[in-house]
Amino acid sequence: MSIQVGIPTPLRNLTENQDTVAIDGANVGELIDNLEKKFPGIGERLLDAQGNVRRFVNIYVNGEDIRFLQEKATPVKASDEISIVPAIAGG
Amino acid sequence: MATEFFSNLKCRECGRLFPKQAIHVCEFDFGPLEAAYDYSRIKQHISRAAISARPQSMWRYRELLPIDGDPSVGLQVGFTPLVKADRLARALGIRELYVKNDTVNYPTLSFKDRVVAVALSRAKELNFSIVACASTGNLANSVAANAASAGLKSYVLIPADLEQSKVLNSLVYGTQVIGIRGPYDQVNRLCSEIAGKYGWGFVNVNLRPYYAEGSKTMGFEIAEQLGWKLPRHTVVPMASGSLLTKITKAYEEAIKVGLIDEAPFSVHGAQASGCNPISAAFKGGTDLIRPVPKPQTIAKSLAIGTPADGYYAVHAMRQTGGSAEDATDEEVIEGIKLLAETEGIFAETAGGVTVACAKKLIASGAIPSHESAVLCITGHGLKTAEAVAAHIGQPRIIQPSLREFDELLAQDALAAAA
Repeated sequence: MSIQVGIPTPLRNLTENQDTVAIDGANVGELIDNLEKKFPGIGERLLDAQGNVRRFVNIYVNGEDIRFLQEKATPVKASDEISIVPAIAGG
Repeated sequence: MATEFFSNLKCRECGRLFPKQAIHVCEFDFGPLEAAYDYSRIKQHISRAAISARPQSMWRYRELLPIDGDPSVGLQVGFTPLVKADRLARALGIRELYVKNDTVNYPTLSFKDRVVAVALSRAKELNFSIVACASTGNLANSVAANAASAGLKSYVLIPADLEQSKVLNSLVYGTQVIGIRGPYDQVNRLCSEIAGKYGWGFVNVNLRPYYAEGSKTMGFEIAEQLGWKLPRHTVVPMASGSLLTKITKAYEEAIKVGLIDEAPFSVHGAQASGCNPISAAFKGGTDLIRPVPKPQTIAKSLAIGTPADGYYAVHAMRQTGGSAEDATDEEVIEGIKLLAETEGIFAETAGGVTVACAKKLIASGAIPSHESAVLCITGHGLKTAEAVAAHIGQPRIIQPSLREFDELLAQDALAAAA
């Protein structure tokens, strides 16, 4: 099942400058694994050495941060809107 | 002054080093960049005696601030009074209490003059001619004023619903004030996009690694003004959480470079109940900051729903044995009045938050009553006058007649006797 994933500007050099890519997966973890297969190098930018989503990377499923869903086990379906957004500074 | 004390920018997450440019995020893992120093060299160069002989401004701690040359903006900023607050101490039930009074910081009456002095001095070193910020009000005031005196053009972006005084206090300096329909976090997101597109020096976006370091001077001053020692407890208001993490860093650095002896200290954070993402995470035993999408508090200067340094603030409080509290609007107003009536200091709403939270922390024993504490009061009350206007009464109007005045006093005497 192919799902559209939004890619932030700083990572588009890894996705041939595509701002959205179609990726297969039943949950967020599978999406990240398949992103890495398709675009090698993107995985380590999103996940730390322990495989956790990096602290200053936010992954949203329909606008909700996966940290408050089921993290990488958060299920996804074709109609979901998935976006990767680096945290914003300020204040 | 030599440049060799400030070496690089460094990612707080992965430790990668970056050149001292207008960048704020690690290009590898998106972690925030922070100024890195050569502490062993600073330790050889700095001393209490050397600092004491310098002008009374935040720049007396120059070795620990991230610019290359001599400061060029905000030379008079800082060294605000540390007030021994005995009457407030009695009211709150604590033995030894001080107010670090940044309501009288120069030139715009809030602690933000500290961060802007560093950010704009660095902006000039990096040859920016336009500077800007995303602000809940105080930062906008300070950027506008300091940019004006430095001859820099400025844009300040604020939520459109800020207090009138804070808007006026930016407009008067001839800056470009842009009100955004939306909460601070949306202003902030827009500023990130503008900074990327127009290449301006945004003090709290691409200049944030420099800007944030200015807050340390509040901590250095507290230690020096206490006779080169640390207070056992420090209560700090939290918006992004940056001030709290930088005061903690200042105490640690002062120990590291030999200015003060090592001693235990605890740092406590204060938020408004209507926007408490950091205190909620602390109380919930987590370091995951759940954003507050629609902050609702009269403490607008603290209304940041997605605090950039929330994670680090939670850890600073936990590692120092501190704690977090939050206060309702009613408690904030009571806090403002209590500080004014006991110490003659008129603080903005964030100051009411700090006093109200300190009261709770002392009452709960999180700050033991026999120990010492400093309250960081960060902005002047005239900036948020409308928040208290309906809660402090009205003047009583009489004719210029001694008889009317006698009657007024007689009524007071009756009321006092009743």
